[in-house]
Amino acid sequence: MWGIIRQRAACKGNHALNLEQGIRAIALRAFSSSAKQMTVRDALNSALDEEMSADPKVFIMGEEVGEYQGAYKISKGLLDKYGPDRVVDTPITEAGFAGIGVGAAYYGLRPVIEFMTFNFSMQAIDHIINSAAKSNYMSAGQISVPIVFRGPNGAAAGVGAQHSQCYAAWYGAIPGLKVLAPYSSEDARGLLKAAIRDPDPVVFLENELLYGESFPISDEVLDSSFSLPIGKAKIEREGKDVTITAFSKMVGYALQAADILAKEGINAEVINLRTIRPLDRSTINSSVRKTNRLVTVEEGFPQHGVGAEICATVVEDSFEYLDAPVERIAGADVPMPYAANLERMAVPQVEDIVRAAKRACYRSR
Amino acid sequence: MYRSMVTLQIMDTIFYEAQRQGRISFYLTSMGEEAINIATAAALTSDDVVLPQYREPGILLWRGFTLEQFTAQLFGTKDGNDKGRQMPIHYGSNQLNYFTVSSPIATQLPQAVGVAYSLKMDNKEACAVAFMGDGCTSEGDFHAGMNFAAVLEAPVIFICRNNGWAISTPISEQFRSDGVVVKGQAYGIRSIRVDGNDTLAVYSAIRTAREMAIREQKPILVEALTYRVGHHSTSDDSTKYRSSNEIEHWRTARNPTTRFRKWVQTNGWWRDEDETELRESIRKHVLNAIQVADKTEKPSLEELFTEVYDRVPPNLREQEKSLRETVKRH
Repeated sequence: MWGIIRQRAACKGNHALNLEQGIRAIALRAFSSSAKQMTVRDALNSALDEEMSADPKVFIMGEEVGEYQGAYKISKGLLDKYGPDRVVDTPITEAGFAGIGVGAAYYGLRPVIEFMTFNFSMQAIDHIINSAAKSNYMSAGQISVPIVFRGPNGAAAGVGAQHSQCYAAWYGAIPGLKVLAPYSSEDARGLLKAAIRDPDPVVFLENELLYGESFPISDEVLDSSFSLPIGKAKIEREGKDVTITAFSKMVGYALQAADILAKEGINAEVINLRTIRPLDRSTINSSVRKTNRLVTVEEGFPQHGVGAEICATVVEDSFEYLDAPVERIAGADVPMPYAANLERMAVPQVEDIVRAAKRACYRSR
Repeated sequence: MYRSMVTLQIMDTIFYEAQRQGRISFYLTSMGEEAINIATAAALTSDDVVLPQYREPGILLWRGFTLEQFTAQLFGTKDGNDKGRQMPIHYGSNQLNYFTVSSPIATQLPQAVGVAYSLKMDNKEACAVAFMGDGCTSEGDFHAGMNFAAVLEAPVIFICRNNGWAISTPISEQFRSDGVVVKGQAYGIRSIRVDGNDTLAVYSAIRTAREMAIREQKPILVEALTYRVGHHSTSDDSTKYRSSNEIEHWRTARNPTTRFRKWVQTNGWWRDEDETELRESIRKHVLNAIQVADKTEKPSLEELFTEVYDRVPPNLREQEKSLRETVKRH
C-alpha cells in the first residue's frame, strides 16, 4: 500500500526537475562542451594505433586484418604503418590463431586477436577459457596472459542465427577473464586502451552496428594516454524513478526509452555497464537503492544471461530497497531468424524497454 | 644422460606405487620413453622453450627440477611451485623454460607457434619445442599448429612420441596414414622419423633439428617411434586391451634404458656396481622426498583466491573474508 502511494508521487514527475535532469544528461553524455565527433570505428582504430606505437610488443592477428584493412575496417592503415610482423593476416583457423596468440602472450608479447565475429570464437573457445583464462591461476602466477580477444558481438542486421549470438553471458561467467562491452566512441577508445594495457586476458565485445555511429568526443578522450577503468559502469543519464541497465547497442535504446518515459513523467536512470566482468555491483546497487526499481536490458538469450546475474546481485545486496520485481528484457529465446520482421521481434526494441519500465513503476501490466 | 634415464625410471615406479597406496590422487609414467625424454633435453639448450604434452617430465629432470619439487607438486603442498593448483604431473617451471602442462590435448601446438613467433621477433638464438603423442595428431589443433608454423615460418620443433597407444586406441585406429612423419610433409614441413628408443639417434636428430630450425627460422617435425610400456595412467589397466606378453617384451628386450646401458658399459664407462649404487641412492632420495612432502602443509587459504587475475579483485577479497569467517565460526 505504501509502495503504491510512494511510487504514484514519484512517477508523477516534476517538469522543471525533468528539464534539469535532461540538460545534466546531455552534459554527462558529452565529456565536455567540445563539439568534435568520432565514429566508434575510428575510436577503435586510433586506440589500436596509439597502443601499437607506444609498445612494440603489441601486435594484431586475425583474418583480413592486414591487406584487406580489416573485415570491418577497424585495422585500417595499420599494416602500412607497422608492417606484416605486427599486423598478421592468418589462414582460416580460429583455433590456430587464438592458440598462437595465447602462446605469444605466454612468452611476453601483447597480442590483440580479432575474431571476425564472436560467433567464430566458439571454434577457439578452449584456448580462450582453458588456456588464457586459467593459466595464471594454474601456474601460480608463472604464466601471465596479457591478451585481448576482440571483435563484433551480438546481432547485426539480417545475418541469421550463426552470426548473431551475444557472448557476454558465456565469457562473463569465467573467472580469470575480464569482459568489456563499449557503447560510445569514448568507451571504445578508453576501454580498448585499458584492455591492451591490462596484464590479464580480456574479451572485448564490440558491435557491428555501432561501428559507423558517431559520438561527441572531448580533447581529454583524444589524448593518447586516455583510458577508462575496467570494472566501472557509467551513469549515462541520471534519474530517480527506475534504473535501467544496459550494455553495448542497448545503451542507445535505453536512452531513447528514457526520453519517451520522461514525457510520461517517469524519470529513468540509465546505466551503461561498460564492463561485464567484473560487474560494477556497487554502482548498480546504489542506483537501485535510489530508484527502488530495476529493468535490465540485453540483446542476448534470456536464460543464464547478464540480466539474470544483475537481478541476483540486486536481490543479494539490496532486497529491502526493491519496490517491484526486477524486469528483464532480453532477446527472444530462439536462434536468430533471418526474415526482417521476425528478426525485429527477436531483438529488444525501444518500446519493449518503455513497457518494462512502466510495469516496474506499476503504471501498466 | 644414463643417470637421468635411471632416475626417471625409479621416480616413475615409486610415484606410481604412491598413487596405488592412496597417497596421491593420480600419476602417469613415462616408462619405455626415457630415451626420448632425456636425449631431447640433452640436445636442446636451456633457452629453448618447451611446451610439453604430459609424458615429458624427463626434460624438467634434466634441466634441474629436483625430486623434492616433483614431489611437492604431486602432493599439492605449499612448497609446490604451482601452489597446489594443478592435479598431479601437471608440472611447470618458468625458470626452466618449461610451460605448465595443460590437460586438453594438442592445445600446446598452436601455442608453441606463438612462442616461436615471439622468439623470432626478439631475434633469439633459441627455438620452441612442442611435444605430442600419436593420438594428438588427430586433434584439430594439430592441423592449426602445423599449418601456421609453416606459413608463419616459425622456429619450432614438433616432436611426436609415437608410442603406439592413445589410452586404449592403437595407432591402426587412430589414423590410416603411414605414421606421423608424412603428415608433416603434407604441410610443407621438413620431417624425419627416428628410432625413439635409440638414445643416440634421438640426440643426434634433435641437435640437427634445432640447428636447422634456428638457422632457417622454419619448423621441423620429428616422429620418434617408441612404445608406451606403462598404462596410460593410474586410471588405466592396459592389460584389458593389449597382451601382457607384448608389454613384457617392450619392457625388457626393447627397453631403451637397458639398451643405452649396454652401450655405455661396453665403452667401459659404467659398471654393475655403479648401477646398484645409483639405483639404491635414487630410491632412498625419492622415498625421503615423499616422506617430507607427506608431512608438509598444504597451501594456505588465501592461495585459493590469488592469481585468478594479476591483482586480487575486490569481489574475491570479500569472498576470502567471508570464507575465513565461516571457517572461524565452525
